[in-house]
Amino acid sequence: MPEIRSPVDGANHEPPRIGVYVCHCGTNIAGTVDVKAVTEYAAKLPGVVVSREYKYMCSDPGQALIQQDISEHNVNRVVVASCSPLLHEPTFRRVLSRAGINSFFLQMVNIREHVSWVHLDKQAATEKTKDLVRAAVRRVALHKPLQKRRVPINPNVLVVGGGIAGIHAALTLADAGKQVYLVEREPTIGGHMAKFDKTFPTLDCAACILTPKMTSVGSHPHITLWTYSEIVKVEGYVGNYKVQVKRKPRYIHEDLCIGCQECITACVYKEGKTPDQFNLGLSKRKPVYLPFPQAVPQKVVIDPETCIQFKSGKCKKTCVEACGERQAIDFTQTEKFEEIEVGTIILATGFKTFDASRHPYYGYGRYPNVYTSLEVERLINAAGPTGGEVVLRDGTRPKSVGIIHCVGSRDANTNRWCSKVCCMYSLKLAHLIKERTGAEVYNFYIDMRTPGKGYEEFYDRLLDEGVHFVRGRVAEVSDWAVHPSEEGKLVIRAEDTLAAFVRRIPVDMVVLSVGLEPQADAQEVRRLFNISCSTEGWFLERHPKLAPVSTFTEGVFIAGACQGPKDIPDSVAQAGAAAAEALALIDAQFVELEPYTAFVSEEECSGCKSCIPLCPYQAISFVEDKKKAAINEVLCKGCGTCVAACPSGSIQQNFFEDDEIFEEIEGVLAYA
Amino acid sequence: MRNRELTRPEKSQATFEPRIVAFFCNWCTYLAADLAGTSRMKYAPNVRVIRVMCSGRVDPQFVLDAFAHGADGVFIGGCHPGDCHYQEGNYKTLRRFHLLKRVLQQMGIEDERCRLEWISAAEADRVRSTINDMVEKVRALGPLDLIPTEEKVSAEEVAV
Repeated sequence: MPEIRSPVDGANHEPPRIGVYVCHCGTNIAGTVDVKAVTEYAAKLPGVVVSREYKYMCSDPGQALIQQDISEHNVNRVVVASCSPLLHEPTFRRVLSRAGINSFFLQMVNIREHVSWVHLDKQAATEKTKDLVRAAVRRVALHKPLQKRRVPINPNVLVVGGGIAGIHAALTLADAGKQVYLVEREPTIGGHMAKFDKTFPTLDCAACILTPKMTSVGSHPHITLWTYSEIVKVEGYVGNYKVQVKRKPRYIHEDLCIGCQECITACVYKEGKTPDQFNLGLSKRKPVYLPFPQAVPQKVVIDPETCIQFKSGKCKKTCVEACGERQAIDFTQTEKFEEIEVGTIILATGFKTFDASRHPYYGYGRYPNVYTSLEVERLINAAGPTGGEVVLRDGTRPKSVGIIHCVGSRDANTNRWCSKVCCMYSLKLAHLIKERTGAEVYNFYIDMRTPGKGYEEFYDRLLDEGVHFVRGRVAEVSDWAVHPSEEGKLVIRAEDTLAAFVRRIPVDMVVLSVGLEPQADAQEVRRLFNISCSTEGWFLERHPKLAPVSTFTEGVFIAGACQGPKDIPDSVAQAGAAAAEALALIDAQFVELEPYTAFVSEEECSGCKSCIPLCPYQAISFVEDKKKAAINEVLCKGCGTCVAACPSGSIQQNFFEDDEIFEEIEGVLAYA
Repeated sequence: MRNRELTRPEKSQATFEPRIVAFFCNWCTYLAADLAGTSRMKYAPNVRVIRVMCSGRVDPQFVLDAFAHGADGVFIGGCHPGDCHYQEGNYKTLRRFHLLKRVLQQMGIEDERCRLEWISAAEADRVRSTINDMVEKVRALGPLDLIPTEEKVSAEEVAV
């Protein structure tokens, strides 16, 4: 049972002596709000003993000012009018604590995000500020002393997604001795990185740097790896999450399969007939397959959609024969559900690439030799469908290749954002294609974006290598030849905005540098974990600068491209940061929860039970012998829905009591 | 039940600036309003935001209290259906809102004066546009006058 201590007994009965502190925030607030007028106005409000303004209230001297007034002027209630409480409420609460008064005797007034930054009329902004300050002064007088609840934290961590970010986060935590559950929905970990041949700008081999990490995950004593699995349910709160994982049947006993792949050779299908997802359909696989040679875990999968045994039940089952005594194949396997308990969660669910067929004028899906960049990654990869040969669909080598940047990025018709990695991977592909085929390579770009260590130098190198760069957004790709030199070629038509004329460049192969998009099910996933998405659909961080891997749900962190387009170094850095944030929570051994829970005043409760079905957390029960409702503080998450519903007004919410809110309402409305 | 005296200020149509009280949930709409700030969007300065943890905390009495004390409009902002930080608090809000609207209607408070909107943390622009739209609509309606004065009661009404 977690230790709970709220609210504090022995409320402060001293009459309120309120201190009001109005922050200039440099010119952020003072530029639009007449801070001096607000301060003078606040000084005259009932209960206010000190009213001050300061340039930066959150700075050390600003904080000292409040602390000093608490000790010297016996200030026992504090109103800080500054930025959003979501930014500095913890800062000012600490000031109150340090000065020896209860930290909940604070009320913040958001006059930056909600006033100075959104209004232009100085007089109206000042009036609005006065109203908000007046409401806060009236409200804070009613505040009661409260204490945060302390609950122990489960040291186990769930990492969702087995791409490079998830792998790195899982290994970091496991190396620190924490038990990690790594859940990946594909049959293998590795993510997008496993599909690449080389990485920019160093051109080191992706497999060489990734596969050792994948193997470590597979063999780490502190990592429980569940591939081909998905999270279906998440309950609980920071430090104490209960998670249900669905483990899809791979029709192979993972503990019995040794990865010998004899079943694949023995399969009644002599040749693969199903497009291989891992190779983006550029090759075929059999119904029983290993996603790629270095897959972790090294366990085959049977695809029931194409396996004859599943379709007709009349297969010779040569695979079972080949497996022999190991008996790893089991056609009767069904999906399983596992329940785990973790304290923190890291989401590293990655991205998907833009569907190039949404740009019909580039001919993807219509002209066979128009490829996406990810398909070309597979062609270049030595373990790919062509063994590393860059060849056209007919098996011949291209003599000229056009790479079109920003397909599904920086485009008002599809995605407005810059996908950040495309310029660099296009340069990498240009280099590798030229190296493998000796073809003339043309890059069509809007702007070259190469911020990163060694990135600009890589661009310079490509210029020296003789790769052509045309600045201009490509209008269309067609096979319509208007000149004999264009016969049988794909013609890229683009306005060269540096030379100021329209070019027609005939090429054998077109590569579309597709942008990055949120995963198709990002919305469902974020609902599952109770976090938010930006308008574009990327997972939303708590603060873009100061809390880039935290979310608004405590204990749930995000890492990698699920938060926004990112290259490998940034994804790994974020994964490390998310792991460190999780470790910081775990090593503190307990977590403090806001005391905003609801409580029942027994004398007033009529026992009508209307609150009971309203609680989504089953925190309210009916005490039969007393005929009263009772709220379990551990289960209560502090939404206040039951408080609003109670017909007798006998339920109250800490820090959001009816009287406090009524004071605030009447405070903002009371004319000066 | 709380008894509070009506302290409605005198308002003249000529200098009328609507006063709108807003209740924003901590996780979606309040964040969207913060984002509107960090994005430096500009909107009408007539709204006073009160933060609650969930729109489900908004007791209909809060809305009535606001109207009773001089609000010309009340704006409740919560998470989109299915997105509530507390699973389903916003559904409770919606349920209450429909009932409340009937009460308000019977009191002669126009429909546009009380509004419930689902605004996610990312939808800063909806905070801006909703506030601007509401301010304009309430401005067009004029000040809310809850207290009937003698002149306004028609002879017919008194007759029966």
